[in-house]
Amino acid sequence: MRRLVSELALVAGKDLRIEARSRVTTNQVLPFAGMVLLLFAFALDPDRGLLPRVAPGLFWVATLLAGLLAVSRAFAIEGENGARDGLRLSGLDPAAVYLGKAASVTLQLLALEAVLAAGMFLLYDVEVANVGLLVLSAGLATAGVAAAGSVYGALAAGLRVRETLLPLLLLPVVAPVMLGATRAWEAALSGAPSEAWPWVQVMAVFAVIYTALGVVAFGPLMEES
Amino acid sequence: MTGSQDGTRLARVMGKGWLTPVLAVLTVGSLAILAVLGLWVAPPDALQGDAQRLMYVHVPVVMVAYLAFGVTTLASVLYLWKRTRHPQWDRLAAASAEIGVLTTALTLALGSLWGRPVWGVWWTWDARLVTTAVLLFLYLGYLALRRTISDPDVRARRSAFAALIAFVDVPIVHYSVEWWRSLHQESTLLPDGRLDPQIEGDMLIALLWGIGALLITYAYLLVQRYRLAALEEGFEGRALEAAIAERRAEADPEPATVGAS
Repeated sequence: MRRLVSELALVAGKDLRIEARSRVTTNQVLPFAGMVLLLFAFALDPDRGLLPRVAPGLFWVATLLAGLLAVSRAFAIEGENGARDGLRLSGLDPAAVYLGKAASVTLQLLALEAVLAAGMFLLYDVEVANVGLLVLSAGLATAGVAAAGSVYGALAAGLRVRETLLPLLLLPVVAPVMLGATRAWEAALSGAPSEAWPWVQVMAVFAVIYTALGVVAFGPLMEES
Repeated sequence: MTGSQDGTRLARVMGKGWLTPVLAVLTVGSLAILAVLGLWVAPPDALQGDAQRLMYVHVPVVMVAYLAFGVTTLASVLYLWKRTRHPQWDRLAAASAEIGVLTTALTLALGSLWGRPVWGVWWTWDARLVTTAVLLFLYLGYLALRRTISDPDVRARRSAFAALIAFVDVPIVHYSVEWWRSLHQESTLLPDGRLDPQIEGDMLIALLWGIGALLITYAYLLVQRYRLAALEEGFEGRALEAAIAERRAEADPEPATVGAS
């Protein structure tokens, strides 16, 4: 168990270090997500009072789109110079590689969500009634998206068409997370936490199931690609 | 590697020569009888009139869709299970998933046609409709993944995992959508149990017949698609062998011309 954790930290650390040096998430994905927030304001006239009401949904759509890019990126960094073979030959437990990648994606997305949420409060004129619920549901949703995304990232790794394939594979699967996160955030904004409870459960179950699937499936998927 | 030649039980059953004509005749015949039963024998519904006749196709088609995805999941598990691993399960999973996508799309189309006269709308955000739509996209993704991988072993393994991951999602989607609609539904377009009317007599017979007819149709399509997959794999294998033989001939023309003649 201790070995798993240290290997996990090794892989997550490697991915985050690559991100810290390449700045793809901060310099490309984050501005993209911010632009999506602006585009929503163009689509839904800000003067009609629609934006504050639909803000949670818009936020999570923007986050999911950015999440797709983050997942795609997490597996693209091993696409060149036979880095995937290197990872495979490194002797690291595939489960640890999977968890490390998912953890790295989770951390990057959480950072992105923090900035994006600040943008949302700024641009969409939204007020929060329950910050704890907001953070909790964001954490669970992000863990779920990263867990499912990392499985599909491995499924699509090395394919020529993975950029177009990944959205089609991932978006239907994370539809319940999108639904749950949006409802939970609506409850957190309006201050009715009891309504959020089933959604928090859905997201927790989703994150656990897909993490378990990833731990089991990642080894065989890494072996043959 | 070609399914028609290896001796597994599934391949032997699928390879039976009489299967295609028998299933074809049964499919066409039972569908024709279903048309007669559904359009003429069964009486029009007391409330919905003739529109309700769509039920005799709609309900059986949904059942085939669920069955098809169930078979895909089972075949994927059998492929991943080391003791039962065989390319035939991959072929079966692929064949069944294609029929599943077709019938799911058909379900949505038929439901839409039925909804228009009865509910007044083509589409409503009912839990079952949304779940079915997500299901369609889940398996469209599965089929898209299959098309992008050329190596048969890699394709089989990745697709099997993809099928399992998609299948696990179905109940989560179902429950979350159900909660979503029950929390937010303003007007109930579907009164409780409207899809389980107390039907009897000719209506019940038409519905049961429809289920049987569509199951036979499923079997027919499955056998055809399975055989096609086996033939495709055989063809790919042969094309590869031919290409290797050609390259060999280029490198060493003398013995190759002797061998080819």
